[in-house]
Amino acid sequence: MLAYTLKRLAFAVPVLLGLTVIVFLIMAMIPGDPATAILGSYATPENVERLNRQLGLDRSLVEQYFVWLGNLLQGDFGRSYNLNRPVIDEVLERFSATLVLAGAALLLCSVFGLLAGVVSAVRQYGWTDRIVTFFVLIGISIPSFWLGLLLVLTFAVTWRVFPASGMFAIYGGGDLPDLLRHLTLPAITLAVVATGVIARLTRAAMLEVLRQDYIRTARAKGVSERRVIYRHAFKAALVSVIPVIGVQAGFVLGGAVYIETVFQWPGIGRMLVTAISTRDLLLVQGGVLVVAASYVLFNLLTDLLQHLVDPRLRT
Amino acid sequence: MRSGRPSAFSLFARNQLAAFGAGLLAVIVLLVILTPLLPLQDPAATDPVNRLLRPLAEESHLLGTDHLGRDILSRLLWGTGVSLLVGLSATAVAALFGSTIGILAGFFGGRADTLLMRGIDMLMAFPYILLALAIVAALGPGLLNALFAIAIVNIPFFARNIRGVTLGLARREFIDAARLSGKSNLSILLTEVLPNVLPVIVITVSTTVGWMILETAGLSFLGLGAQPPDADLGSMLGEGRKLLITAPHVSVIPGVMIFLVVMSINLLGDGIRDLLDPRLKSGALARPAPMTEVKRQGQNRSAAGGPVPAENDGVLAVQGLQTQFRMGGDVYRAVNDVSFAIKANECLGLVGESGSGKSVTALSLLGLVATPPGVIVGGRVLLQGRDLLGLDAAGLRAVRGNDVAYIFQDPLTTLHPLFTIGDQIAEAIRSHKPVSYKEAWASAVKLLDAVRIPNAAGRASAYPHELSGGMRQRVSIAMSLANDPSLLIADEPTTALDVTVQAQVLKLLDRLRDDTDASLLFITHDFGVVSEVCHRVAVMYAGRIVEIGPTAQVLAAPAHPYTERLIACVPRLGEPGRRLEAIPGLPPAVNDLPPGCAFAERCPHAEDACRQGEIALDTLDAGHAVRCIKPRRGAA
Repeated sequence: MLAYTLKRLAFAVPVLLGLTVIVFLIMAMIPGDPATAILGSYATPENVERLNRQLGLDRSLVEQYFVWLGNLLQGDFGRSYNLNRPVIDEVLERFSATLVLAGAALLLCSVFGLLAGVVSAVRQYGWTDRIVTFFVLIGISIPSFWLGLLLVLTFAVTWRVFPASGMFAIYGGGDLPDLLRHLTLPAITLAVVATGVIARLTRAAMLEVLRQDYIRTARAKGVSERRVIYRHAFKAALVSVIPVIGVQAGFVLGGAVYIETVFQWPGIGRMLVTAISTRDLLLVQGGVLVVAASYVLFNLLTDLLQHLVDPRLRT
Repeated sequence: MRSGRPSAFSLFARNQLAAFGAGLLAVIVLLVILTPLLPLQDPAATDPVNRLLRPLAEESHLLGTDHLGRDILSRLLWGTGVSLLVGLSATAVAALFGSTIGILAGFFGGRADTLLMRGIDMLMAFPYILLALAIVAALGPGLLNALFAIAIVNIPFFARNIRGVTLGLARREFIDAARLSGKSNLSILLTEVLPNVLPVIVITVSTTVGWMILETAGLSFLGLGAQPPDADLGSMLGEGRKLLITAPHVSVIPGVMIFLVVMSINLLGDGIRDLLDPRLKSGALARPAPMTEVKRQGQNRSAAGGPVPAENDGVLAVQGLQTQFRMGGDVYRAVNDVSFAIKANECLGLVGESGSGKSVTALSLLGLVATPPGVIVGGRVLLQGRDLLGLDAAGLRAVRGNDVAYIFQDPLTTLHPLFTIGDQIAEAIRSHKPVSYKEAWASAVKLLDAVRIPNAAGRASAYPHELSGGMRQRVSIAMSLANDPSLLIADEPTTALDVTVQAQVLKLLDRLRDDTDASLLFITHDFGVVSEVCHRVAVMYAGRIVEIGPTAQVLAAPAHPYTERLIACVPRLGEPGRRLEAIPGLPPAVNDLPPGCAFAERCPHAEDACRQGEIALDTLDAGHAVRCIKPRRGAA
C-alpha cells in the first residue's frame, strides 16, 4: 500500500506540471502587451522595450515558463495589485473557506447519493424508485445558482430559519453552531447536482452488480437478501462508484463558484469571479492553480480508496 | 412479488418521459423561432414608470417588468433563444473537436494516441468550470468567449468516449478489409469509422448539451457571459438576483425557463440513449428477484405423461418441472416438463448441448433462475418429500446452501472478487449455523484442507483472483460442502479447466460423494465426463429429457438418435481413426418449438410421424426410457 501510494504520488507530479503549463499558456494567450498596459499607450518604444526586458518578456516563452515555475515553487505567486497583498496569502485564506463548503457538500452528496441509488435499485420500478428517479431528474436539471436563490427566498427571507449569506454572523458569531447554520443552505445547494449524478450511477452500478454470477452464488449459499444487497452487491458497486465521486469532487469544487456568489461565502470561487471582473490576473492564476492542484490530490485520494476496496488492483 | 415484466412497463414509462421532453422542447424551440413574429414589446425598451410590475398585474406585461421597466416575457423569449443558440453552438464546437481528436487518437494509436490523450487528461485534471473561468479570465468576459470556454472544457468528454469506441473498431475485420482494398486512411475514416461512432457521438451530445446550456447560463449569471444590452437567461437571472427580496419574480422566471429547457433536453437525451443502447432494450438491466417467480397453473399437469418417478424414496424427485423465460411477447420454454429422481448417494448426470435447458433445470430447483425474465410455471421439486417450489423466500433461504448446495461453472465469476475465500466459506457456514466468525473461519480452513488445497490456513486469506482455475474450483467445492448438504448440484464444474486439472476435480467430487453420502446432480455437455462419475444419466434436448437410464446401458446402447450422435462426438483413446461427427443443424429455438419431436429436423431417421403430436417418454426396460417413436434398438 505504501509503495502504491508513493507510486501514485510520483504520477501526480507530471499532472501537476501539466496544470502549470496549461495555466501558463492560458495567461500567455491574453491579448495585449503588458508593458504597454502598464506604461499607457503614449509610452515610447524604448521605454516599452526596457520594461519588457525588466519583466523578462523579451525571452522565449519556454524560458519565461521556467522562471515563472521557479517562482511558484518558492511560493511566490506574485502580488495582487487590487488587494495589495501576496496572492498566496489571499488564496490560501479563501481556499480554506471553500474547503469547508465543498467538504460538507461532498459528504452530503456521497451519503445521500449512495443511499438513494441503492434504495432505488433495490426497489427497482417500485414507488421509491420512481420518486428517487424524479428527484434525480430535477437535481441534474436545476441550475444550482437558481436553486440557491429559491432556498434563500424560502428559508432565509420567508421563514427566517437560516441566514441568507456569509460564513459567520457579524456580531457574536464565530463558533461551530454558527458556522453550521450558515453552512446548511449553501452546502445543500452545492450538493444537489452531485447527489443526483451519484444516485443515478449507484443505481446503475447496483443493477449491474446484482446480475453478476457471484450474487447468484451468494443467494445459492443461503445468504440473507439484506446481506446480499448491502454487503455483496454494495461493495462491488462501490468499486465503480468511487471514481464517480472523485469526478463529482471536481464539479463540487467548480460549482462552488456559483454557490459562493449566491450566498456571499468568502471562498475562492467568489474571489475568482471578482478577480476576473477587476482583471486581477495574478490572483486568478494563483486561485486556479491551487484549486486544480487540490483536485489532483483529491483524485489521488480516491485512487487509494479504490485500491483499498478492490484487492484485484493490489496485485 | 413484484411484477416480472420490467422492460415493458419501464421502457414505456421512459418513452413517455422522453416524449414529454421532446414535446416540451419542441414548444420552447417553436416559441423561440416565432419570437420575432409575435406581437411582443421591444425587449430593450425601458419604461421606468412601470418598473418591477408583478406578473399578470397588467395586460400589457403578462410576466411583469424588471428594474428598468422592460417587459419580462419579451426578454425571456429572446433570452431563451440566445441561451439555446449559445449552448448548442458550444456543443457543436466541443463535439467537432472532441470527436476529431478521439477518432484520430483511436484510429492511429501509438504515439499520436499517447500525445493526444495526455493532453486530454491534463484538461480533465482541472475541476470542470474552473478551467472555463481561467479561459474567460484570459479572453475577457463576453458571450462568445464564454461559449468557447464551455466548449473547450467539454472537449475531453467527447474525445474520451469516441476514442474508446474507435479503438475497438480499428481492430475489426472490416477495417482491415477496407485497408487491403486500397482505401486511403481518410476515406476509411469517413466511410467506415465515422458511421460507426456516430451513435456514440449522438449519445454524448444528448448527455452533455443540457450541461453546456446550464454552464453558459452560469457564466452569464456570474456576469462573465452575456454583457448588457445583450441578455441570455443566465444574465437575466444574475441581474434579478439583486432584487431577490423586493421582486423575486424577476429572477424566478428565467430560472424556471432554464430548468424547463435543461430538463426537457435531459429527458430526451435519456430516451435517445435508451434507443441507441441495445442492452437496455431487452430489459437486461432488470434486477433479478431473490427467488424465481413461481406461477403454477394446475398442479401436476404432466402433459407428456412421462413416468413420474416412483415414490419419494430418493433424496430428490422432480416432477413435471416447467420453467419459461418471458421476454417481450415471446415465451421461451427452457424447461418443458422435466421429471427425474435422485437416490441417496447417487450421481445423476444431466447432459445436453448448451441451450438444452440443463442449467436452467438445475437453477430452478432452488429458485435461482433470474426473475425477470424466468418464471416457473409448473411441476414440483420434492426434497425428501417437501415441495421446494411451495416455499417462501425465508424457507427457501434455509434450504439453499444447507440441504442443497451448488457448485458453479467458472469460479472466477461465481466467487465474489472482493472477499477472501475464507470469508466466503465462513459466510456460507454462518448463514445456517449460529457460530462465531472465528469458528466459521476455522471450519473454512478445514474444508479447504479437505478439498486438498495446500497450505489451507494461509490460502484462506487469499482472494479468488490470486488462485489458479483448478484451485478456485476446489474452493467452490469446499464452499458447497460447508453445511453437509444431502444434495450437491454441480453445473459444469470442470468445463473451464484444462484436462489434467479436470481429472483431479472429477476424482475429488467422486471421492467426496462417497465420503459424505451426499447425492450429486452433475450437469455437463461431455459424455466422457459422465462415464467417469455418473451412475445414471439423463439426456436433455430443447428443454425436455429425451433419454434417461443407467450410464453403462445408455453408453453401450443409446436408444435416442440424439444420444447416439452425442456419444459419437466424444473422442476415444485408442481409436484414432474414428470419425468425430458433429451433429448437423442447430437445436430449435425454444420459443418456437415444432410439433412432435424437436430433434426431427436434425435426425437422419426422421419420418412424418415424428413431426406430429406429442412423443411420449417410453420405458424400454427397467430404468431406461426414451422419447422416440423409433428407438435405435428394439425394446428389450
